Amino acid sequence: MAELQTRSMTGPARQRPLSPHLQIYRPMLTMMMSIVHRITGGALYYGMLLLAWWLIAAASGPNAYATFEAFIGSVIGRLILFGFTWALIHHALGGIRHLIWDTIHGFEPAERELLAVATLVGSIVLTLLLWGVCYLMIGGPR
Amino acid sequence: MTESPARRMTPLRRVRGLGSAHSGTRDFWHLRVTSVAGIPLTIAFIVIVASLLGRNHAAVVQILGSPLVAIIMLLFIINMAYHMWIGMQEIVLDYFHDEYIKFSLLMANTFFVFAVTFASVFAILKLSFGV
Repeated sequence: MAELQTRSMTGPARQRPLSPHLQIYRPMLTMMMSIVHRITGGALYYGMLLLAWWLIAAASGPNAYATFEAFIGSVIGRLILFGFTWALIHHALGGIRHLIWDTIHGFEPAERELLAVATLVGSIVLTLLLWGVCYLMIGGPR
Repeated sequence: MTESPARRMTPLRRVRGLGSAHSGTRDFWHLRVTSVAGIPLTIAFIVIVASLLGRNHAAVVQILGSPLVAIIMLLFIINMAYHMWIGMQEIVLDYFHDEYIKFSLLMANTFFVFAVTFASVFAILKLSFGV
């Protein structure tokens, strides 16, 4: 330990081998899903602003709530809300996938591919299903 | 990455400092706890939001302020706030190695999460207790 410390303090900086960075690898589904999991997490982080705005608007009164409704009902607002819905469901399913991995299951090649596809397809299907049901409930797009 | 030899940490040194966040595996575990809690809470949150679609302001206020809905919303917000605070911290620690930038972003993360959470919690409490 002492020898190691002395050498690291006084020795010349040596070039140690570094592991290659992402761009050297062929893109794979599991790798993409890992990246998307982080991106959706980051998006949801800022998406909480939308939730806060909604709640504050409701607490502030009818005028503030009307402003929020006008925004969220607009094309941009709906696109953001749709993206929020998909990100939330995708991140939740991806999280369940990680919890499965935490139990040391699902690491075989076929299993992890299946989990990746299930997360992706599941998130898209559930998002469309949820929006479909919601549109039916409120009587179609308005 | 260019590191001066004096700054290079041996594995033992890293363990003594409990890693780059100086808090060991606590955050790893808490991220798991909040993700497990987040599954039923997210389902409940989606059901609540979906049931409020298309309703007018008065109805939304009444439903969001009712005890059961308000409690679920508060649990969801606080749970997810802690979850995303750890998550953003993980992202910052992964990509930013300059000490000043790293700690500034960690601080900004805390400020953001506290501001958004307190604002949301206050709004729900106001809806619950009126005035």
